[in-house]
Amino acid sequence: MSQKLPDANLTRRALLTTGGALVVSFSLLPSLGLAQAPPADTVSPQPSPPQPLPGSLKTSPMLDAWLRIGADGSVTLFTGKSELGQGIRTALTQIAAEQLGLAFAAVKLITSDTQQTPNEGYTSGSQSMSDSGTAIMHATAQAREILINLAAEKWGTAADGLQAKDGSVAAPDGRKLGFGELVAGQTLSVRAGSTSKLKMPQTFAIVGKSVPRVDIPGKLTAAPSFIQDMRPAGMLHARVVRPPSPAAKLLRIATSAVETLPGVKKVIVDGRFLAVVADREFRAIKAMEALAAAAEWSESPSLPKQSEIFDVLKSLPNKVYTIRDDKGPAGAVTKSLEAAYSRPYQMHASIGPSCALAQFSDGQMTVWSHAQGMFPLRQAIAELLTLPEDKVRCIHVEGSGCYGHNGADDAAADAALIAIGVPGVPIRLQWMREQEHAWEPYGPAMAMRVKADLDGDGRIATWDYSVWTNTHSTRPGGAGSTLAGQLKAQAFAIPAPQIIPQPAGGGDRNIIPLYKIPNVHLDHNFIPEMPLRVSALRGLGAYANVFAIESFMDELAVAANADPVAFRLKHLEDPRARDVVSLAAEKFGWQAAAKLGPGRGHGFGFAKYKNIAAYCAVAIELEVERETGHIRLLRAVAASDSGQAVNPDGIRNQIGGGIVQSASWTLHEAVAFDTTRILSRDWSSYPILHFAELFETVDVHVIDRPGMPFLGTGEASQGPTGAAIANAICSATGVRIRDLPLNAARIKQAIGV
Amino acid sequence: MVKLNINGQIHDVASEPDTPLLYALREDLALNGAKYGCGVGQCGACTVLLDGKPVFSCLVPISVVDGRAVTTLEGLGSADKPSPVQRAFIELQAAQCGYCIPGMMVRAEALLQRLPSPTTAEIRAHLQPNLCRCGTHMRIVAAVQRAAELSKSTAPQKI
Ligand code: FES
Ligand code: FES
Repeated sequence: MSQKLPDANLTRRALLTTGGALVVSFSLLPSLGLAQAPPADTVSPQPSPPQPLPGSLKTSPMLDAWLRIGADGSVTLFTGKSELGQGIRTALTQIAAEQLGLAFAAVKLITSDTQQTPNEGYTSGSQSMSDSGTAIMHATAQAREILINLAAEKWGTAADGLQAKDGSVAAPDGRKLGFGELVAGQTLSVRAGSTSKLKMPQTFAIVGKSVPRVDIPGKLTAAPSFIQDMRPAGMLHARVVRPPSPAAKLLRIATSAVETLPGVKKVIVDGRFLAVVADREFRAIKAMEALAAAAEWSESPSLPKQSEIFDVLKSLPNKVYTIRDDKGPAGAVTKSLEAAYSRPYQMHASIGPSCALAQFSDGQMTVWSHAQGMFPLRQAIAELLTLPEDKVRCIHVEGSGCYGHNGADDAAADAALIAIGVPGVPIRLQWMREQEHAWEPYGPAMAMRVKADLDGDGRIATWDYSVWTNTHSTRPGGAGSTLAGQLKAQAFAIPAPQIIPQPAGGGDRNIIPLYKIPNVHLDHNFIPEMPLRVSALRGLGAYANVFAIESFMDELAVAANADPVAFRLKHLEDPRARDVVSLAAEKFGWQAAAKLGPGRGHGFGFAKYKNIAAYCAVAIELEVERETGHIRLLRAVAASDSGQAVNPDGIRNQIGGGIVQSASWTLHEAVAFDTTRILSRDWSSYPILHFAELFETVDVHVIDRPGMPFLGTGEASQGPTGAAIANAICSATGVRIRDLPLNAARIKQAIGV
Repeated sequence: MVKLNINGQIHDVASEPDTPLLYALREDLALNGAKYGCGVGQCGACTVLLDGKPVFSCLVPISVVDGRAVTTLEGLGSADKPSPVQRAFIELQAAQCGYCIPGMMVRAEALLQRLPSPTTAEIRAHLQPNLCRCGTHMRIVAAVQRAAELSKSTAPQKI
């Protein structure tokens, strides 16, 4: 998909001198007779491009926000997104190297840092490729054309026929000028055009290749790779002490015994925000334990009964958002079905508990964090500390996988609140396992109810679906969305929860079935009051909505006496959707009447993530041990379509990982709580999938669509997998279980042996 | 001062004797291989070898370790000279966030020393104490199998 750029002509070049250095500014102007625009270093009066800019260029339109070329020809790329273990560093570098005609290794990438990179909000929603990847593709393509034009100008030749290759612009006669010579170390202060001269997909040398991830060798050979590995000189170790339960009030605390423990530098008591600072890590832990023992709390019940959570949620005031109300002609109804599904609170439960570093020096707060959005975090911390935003810098450093809004932001706010009281010293705050489990914001509980009618042809005539849930994002959000802001004496109010509008959606993400149904009514019952602290967990509402929709599709298929795959295809028009469904079924060896062994079942699930991102279909075979309800996962076969596949192995890794993670959510996970306390406080009280329960095989088939837009993949397989497992259990046992998790106890009870 | 024998080198460490080995490794020796995951022996992120056997370094006080041979991820190989296990994990891109992987590799090393050609079932059973949250398990198992092949092809030939 190469689009010829109408406006990518170098129409103005201004030479300015500042402080002895030559500053060259280029201006790419739309070919609309606007040739007399001011030089690009006076950015604001620039004319707006006629079309919206692609990806995150919309919000950061200057090319030098995305890439800089040094006098030595070195190319540095900037992204506001962060590496979260999804391989984004590698994929973004591939895109830039491709468009600039550079070797992969020649591009250096700087990720999210409020002082250096564009503001791209959060790294979430599987949007890094569509936001940042698209922006970088266009920015680098346009930069390449500028370089070519500069060379043409120097040589006094036409730009046609010149090529950017291996860091130089080359002419057909063999002449060459290095990128560095061309820009002489100056920045590309150019506003991006809305279209670019993109390379043709069939000429790609780097995009579409499974380039090994740049971060993996370091991580696997113990190079400092994670925030936990940072050890700036003079660093002190901090630990927080959390209340025993969300509503606990601090009655009294005697800190003097803690203050005199070896190595203790500071004890902080600020309302319910308690912390210690010590010279060595284990001393900080001992001080934390001593401070916890010294605190007297009064606890009171503030949580609903876990067994009644869905009734409680449904009884709370809600606001109904009708997402769709389609009316169309349909055949006479022959059968009607109704079912209710649920998903409990589930947690991110990162393997590495949250960590942050903060240093307050000369009125400037610097925070290193593995949170998903450095710019929103900066705003929250500035508010928390009553500092102007320009006095706070937030730099992303990798943590362990977060899968959404986990404790990272809270740890960053904790570290900043501690560090401001210990000026000049880098403070490393590490959460303990129990703190991560008990205090991270959980993926919200969800209740789904669906009714449908079938006509005489076995087609779905009407579909009526409702979901009840809280907000699915309380991300900063301001200081009040951080635990530090909520716990300190001068507490900040928790911001009012917001919905995330369609098409992305929050609790209603993927609420729209992709199937062709003439009458569709969809309600999102948004419940503002949050009995437990919640926020974005990978996929948001998509996991449970797809679980419900795709479970119900199987229930309807049974009622229509149809094969589940054929039933889906009968209702699917989107050819790309049909392709992934058909490919997954084919590679799985799906049989109309499955002749699987005793106790065995197979199941299918499909979704187009958010209805705007990657397509994914998953087929699963498993075995149920009737006496115990234990599941043995046998095979998973997935087919996915992420548009242009930048790094196919990266896609396989994400889809395959999502399948295994979703199997864990689906079979095991529910946050346990009584009316006072969170009870899931470690890995034994919140079990996840172990190796013993692993699939025998997981195969992922990637459909590449060269030239098509990038479609986010990181959250595509979780929903289809959950449904495929539920459907396979039903196929194996004849019993339909609609409440997650589908654990052994539930299965045994449902089978009734 | 406690004496620690880490990857064949003797170190005097300043940590108090009740300090778990994990903290001494990370703080006194600035080693990144062993990771903090739970501190209570439930996840394996901190796995090291103690006299060749995998242990949770978060649970073992350095007073107990005194003088015994500790092998960490750094002891397996380096970026320039990765061990077969490391080469296999890199070759198969067996990591997502990668936080759990050092513990997995160190535990796998213990298995391969004992059992040079493990079956998939043996690998899974052996890795059972270690958790991965990204769902990288399938690649981890495949990487351990690949490491077994690489170890054989690089092992000194017996005549
Ligand atoms: S950190 Fe040692 S087992 Fe989890
Ligand atoms: S790769 Fe992230 S926890 Fe295993």
